[in-house]
Amino acid sequence: MTVGEVAEKLGLEVLTEGGSLAREITGGYASDLLSDVLAHGRAGDVWVTLQTHHNIIAVASMKDLAAVLLVNGRQPEAEALAAASREGVPVLSSPLPAFALIGELCRLGIRGAA
Amino acid sequence: MRLGQFKADLHVHTCLSPCADLSMGPRAIVAKAVQRGLDVIGVADHNSAENALAVVNAAARRNLTVLAGLEVTTQEEVHVLALFDRVEEAQQLQELVYQHLPGENDPEAFGLQVVVSADHDVVGFNTRLLAGAAELSLERVVESIHALGGLAIAAHADRPAFGILGQLGFIPEQLPLDAVELSANTTPEEFRRRFPECAGRAFLRGSDAHTLEDVGTASTFFRLREPTTAEIKKAFRGEGGRQLSLAAAERSDAGRRKRAIG
Repeated sequence: MTVGEVAEKLGLEVLTEGGSLAREITGGYASDLLSDVLAHGRAGDVWVTLQTHHNIIAVASMKDLAAVLLVNGRQPEAEALAAASREGVPVLSSPLPAFALIGELCRLGIRGAA
Repeated sequence: MRLGQFKADLHVHTCLSPCADLSMGPRAIVAKAVQRGLDVIGVADHNSAENALAVVNAAARRNLTVLAGLEVTTQEEVHVLALFDRVEEAQQLQELVYQHLPGENDPEAFGLQVVVSADHDVVGFNTRLLAGAAELSLERVVESIHALGGLAIAAHADRPAFGILGQLGFIPEQLPLDAVELSANTTPEEFRRRFPECAGRAFLRGSDAHTLEDVGTASTFFRLREPTTAEIKKAFRGEGGRQLSLAAAERSDAGRRKRAIG
């Protein structure tokens, strides 16, 4: 399933322009510690987090993540959005808290590493 | 020796920090600090002190004291300022941090980490992931700073990212921090109202400068005998007439503030 399809099915707000919404999502990871995502995120993962600092884009770019999904309706810092556009990292926001959003992602068949 | 007033910005980055402007060379920082009327600066790059000696050297024969330090990212991703009188002490803490800092920098993602001489000659590039977190607890970092005689300060505590309150939601009562740094966005009064459990802590202001224009835009006035960490520690505790007061926020000349990982 692509980032764009997930956005549509779950009613996520796409915050970035450009970025590859056609990117295939191959898994998911949830964490609010950037160093933890650097250690455990996998290429193609969607990353569910509440962090909005622009280093989330550096982390997503370094780990080749498919997209960053912000929870609780959080909005990224302006600098994060600029970096996301530069790096082509899609950033989306959901009004749901993390637990509920991850449940929805699992329902769509997106799985994390066991 | 009488008490005198010292204007201090204890939170300044150099071009070693991946998120800092490449113009943050030692002499340029010293010149800007002197221009802004500062008597003391603290040099604290992310998880590294490799440019500290260069800034100390650049300040030689200038009327500016440079405290050498690091801004350590703990495993909780809390930023802690560690400041020392001597570069060797900062280097000892750096050794501990390096032993626990995983990963390699990706300059494309995080930025360049430039090690320079006092004259801003490029000595090399640090290849560690300085934007990452050390696998050291907040408690261990504070304890290690104190064991080396330094100041342990919770950096930009009022900011959501990498501040102690944003990461933990509270300041552990038993955590022996020397002080809590506030950004120019809040006042100690407002901060105490929001977080009453922190009311007894000492507060200071630092700029967290990532560009030259940021240097000294937030600062603290200290009344001290001399600008040393021991005297600053006394000011945090209000001992022997040593005091501090927060300088009014000054706007940087440039409108836009580059703000990266700290």
